[in-house]
Amino acid sequence: MSMVPTLLSVENLSKSYGGVHAVRSVSFALRAGEILALIGPNGAGKSTCFDMLNGQNTPDSGRINLLGEDTVGKKPRQVWRLGVGRTFQITATFPTMTVRENVQVALVSYGRQLFNLWGSTASYAREEAGRLLDLVGMGAYAGRPCGELAYGDLKRLELAIALANQPKLLLMDEPTAGMAPRERIELMRLTAQIAREKSIGVLFTEHDMDVVFEHADRILVLNRGSLIAEGTPEQVRGNPQVRAIYLGEGLVYDSRHREGAGA
Amino acid sequence: MDETTDTETRASKRPPMAFYFVQFLTGLASAASLFLVASGLSIIFGVTRIVNFAHGAFYMLGAYVAFTLTERFSGALGFWGGIVVAALVVAVVGVIVEMVLLRRIYHAPELFQLLATFGLTLMVEDLVVLIWGPDDLLGRRAPGFKGAVDFFGQNIPTYDLFLIAISPIVLGGLWLLFQRTRWGVLVRAATQDRDMVAALGVNQKWLFTSVFALGVFLAALGGALQIPRDAVHHALDLRIIVDVFVVVVIGGLGSIIGAFVAAVLVSELNAFGILIFPKISIILVFLVMAVVLIVRPWGLFGKPEAAARRTPGLTVNPWRPLTTNERWLAMAGLAVAAMLPLFAGNYALTVGSEIAIFVIFAASLHFLMSVGGLASFGHAAYFGLGAYGVAFLAKMAGLPMIVSLLVGPLLGLVGAAIFGFFAVQLSGVYFAMLTLAFAQIVWSIAFQWVTVTGGDNGILGVWPEKWAAGPASFYWLSLGVAAIAVAILRVIVFSPFGFALRATRDSLLRSEAIGIDGKRVQWTAFVIAGTVAGFAGSLFAYLKGSVFPDSLGISLSVDALVMVLLGGVETVSGAVVGAIVFKALNIWLVSQTDLSKLVLGGFVVLIVVAFPKGIVGVLETIRNRRKSSSSESSSKSSLATSRIETAE
Repeated sequence: MSMVPTLLSVENLSKSYGGVHAVRSVSFALRAGEILALIGPNGAGKSTCFDMLNGQNTPDSGRINLLGEDTVGKKPRQVWRLGVGRTFQITATFPTMTVRENVQVALVSYGRQLFNLWGSTASYAREEAGRLLDLVGMGAYAGRPCGELAYGDLKRLELAIALANQPKLLLMDEPTAGMAPRERIELMRLTAQIAREKSIGVLFTEHDMDVVFEHADRILVLNRGSLIAEGTPEQVRGNPQVRAIYLGEGLVYDSRHREGAGA
Repeated sequence: MDETTDTETRASKRPPMAFYFVQFLTGLASAASLFLVASGLSIIFGVTRIVNFAHGAFYMLGAYVAFTLTERFSGALGFWGGIVVAALVVAVVGVIVEMVLLRRIYHAPELFQLLATFGLTLMVEDLVVLIWGPDDLLGRRAPGFKGAVDFFGQNIPTYDLFLIAISPIVLGGLWLLFQRTRWGVLVRAATQDRDMVAALGVNQKWLFTSVFALGVFLAALGGALQIPRDAVHHALDLRIIVDVFVVVVIGGLGSIIGAFVAAVLVSELNAFGILIFPKISIILVFLVMAVVLIVRPWGLFGKPEAAARRTPGLTVNPWRPLTTNERWLAMAGLAVAAMLPLFAGNYALTVGSEIAIFVIFAASLHFLMSVGGLASFGHAAYFGLGAYGVAFLAKMAGLPMIVSLLVGPLLGLVGAAIFGFFAVQLSGVYFAMLTLAFAQIVWSIAFQWVTVTGGDNGILGVWPEKWAAGPASFYWLSLGVAAIAVAILRVIVFSPFGFALRATRDSLLRSEAIGIDGKRVQWTAFVIAGTVAGFAGSLFAYLKGSVFPDSLGISLSVDALVMVLLGGVETVSGAVVGAIVFKALNIWLVSQTDLSKLVLGGFVVLIVVAFPKGIVGVLETIRNRRKSSSSESSSKSSLATSRIETAE
């Protein structure tokens, strides 16, 4: 395990709004191929944390090191160029384009052809786009207008877009929010499989504890801006503080519980 | 410095400080009506999210009605009664407009709202000429404020002092209204979240109507109060609305205090700008606006718009390049057009050239609007710059025609690069207002800088060389350039850049997250559109043999918008059809009626309300519907609807 390089290291990250400390001195690290979940009650600072990693928000203090580069102050598009794919809590895609074109635009950007005025986008990296769509199980929808897709399919399309720049790190903000239970499990299984195969690190926030405890290698628990626990699913599940604040005492999250209730 | 410029003859006997102080007071006095109109615009925008382009028209109506009331009915109402009643009468007109027109388009994309209220402005311009005649009207002086106060040898009209007092009084009154009344609380709540207010059971319809009435009342009061100071004429509306747009861009749309501060700032800049740049005083205002936009893009007191609303173009079916058959069809159409000289006379060929030129112009704006989602209300600036560029090169530098034609449009490119840089910092209504203000600034420079541009007299004698002088050859030239321009723009639409531009329009969040620098992409698109418009303008200069400030004017910008809208804003090349139909109709209309603005304005309103997809959009819808009903029976697809409402 120690041979695996660190993708992302965060040190003493802090952000406050007025007198409210949204994020207080948070530190953690993420290795290649690792799936790390960031959980916590509403208002714990998950989204603020996420936005700072992505470049949408600037921390008051602290350091973010991504693949050897300091990313504080960088814009989202610059962070993306370092090899970070991003999906959003509410999907963000291009509704007037076809599914394939959505992926092709990302590939155009990755190939630095954004200011190419003369080429044909239709033939640009068509096969690569098809491969990415096949990878997320959307190959059959390639010619469909993106605006017609069901929500679960949009989430999968977003994953394909996020993979277009061959990322080293995926940032997924509530990847399964708004999906049906079965779709959730499928999407996260798919993500985990891709991440392991390509050795991509994944950081995701999530409210669905079934998803979190089944797929995360490690879990970070935020409460009121501070990291209160960190560890494997077993360690976090057993942590009395986390139970008191977030998980509650009456519930037991493990894979048996989920499968017993679900199937 | 002390023997200052050549401003006034009485300058010699004044102490400079007193002069500057008086200049300062004059600025404050002019700020009054600017503030009244701008605050009305801001209040309406805050609640209804409509930027009421017709606000200048209501201002002008206020002045006209006040003129009539104070002249004819001063016995019954008195002067002050006449002023207030005039504002009330115009407010009633505003209520009617709101109930009949605006209620139908509250959910339409903002471009349509701007256009509908602009159409209204055009109608009002012709209507006031019809009612009050084309001549300037001089109002009577306000009783009790006829004299002037002496200030170290400088005269300060007492009416100016009265106007200076008005703004703070109105500001205070509005503050009380919004803080201390139930209605005011509702308005503030609706400004923050109108859906929530509706969910709480407030009758939104009447809230909107009453807010609109208040806004129009303020605008009309601003106009009415100007009559002792300024002549009333039928171009007042555009003059004030451009200043007001500058004020709300600087102060922040939706903020009343912002409107106040910015109105004072702009008026003072105008008052002192005349001393510094007597010829082109508007430069100073522009510089300040540019600085504000860089430092605070949403104005000094404004807030960033929460979520950008849907831009036009978002309901389109995915675009595709022409099929081989369609390409042949387009070529055949072009061939038919090229045969026109075989059977048409010189007049028809000149009209044909003009139509071809406007196809280029409309296509350039269409590219910016439909692909870029950026509705420019001042696109004529780049058309006119191209025309002036050619005129400078051909007349003053004496360059050959082909060189002038190729190099002249670069002036449009330069203009688009400078203004576009600032304009793309904003989006939606701010973008529209800013592009309009820029175009008006360019127009003012062309109008005021007489030594270079000839001012109102324009630049004459820009005739084509022999090879292009005949009507048929010029027609072929225009047609050829139009075909090339439209083809190039289509190639760009389907190029990687075109997709990057569409991506920026579709989702700023996603495009940034895949490494697209949206502002740079949009800026590039702006420059492309401006350059193509410049080519249209340069041909236009040769067609007319002259260049006038009109080529930069607002009405030309609006013509282009209407062509795009008529063709169909959600199509790839609808503007081509829109330009042909509109221009032909327009040329015919001008020859038939003196009230072309009235008809044109009514036409604009009609398209927006009844026909928002445009000609090509409707044709495509019909074709797609046929195709989908024959191939599969899925009636779920979105093309069944021809409404323009956004899903909220």
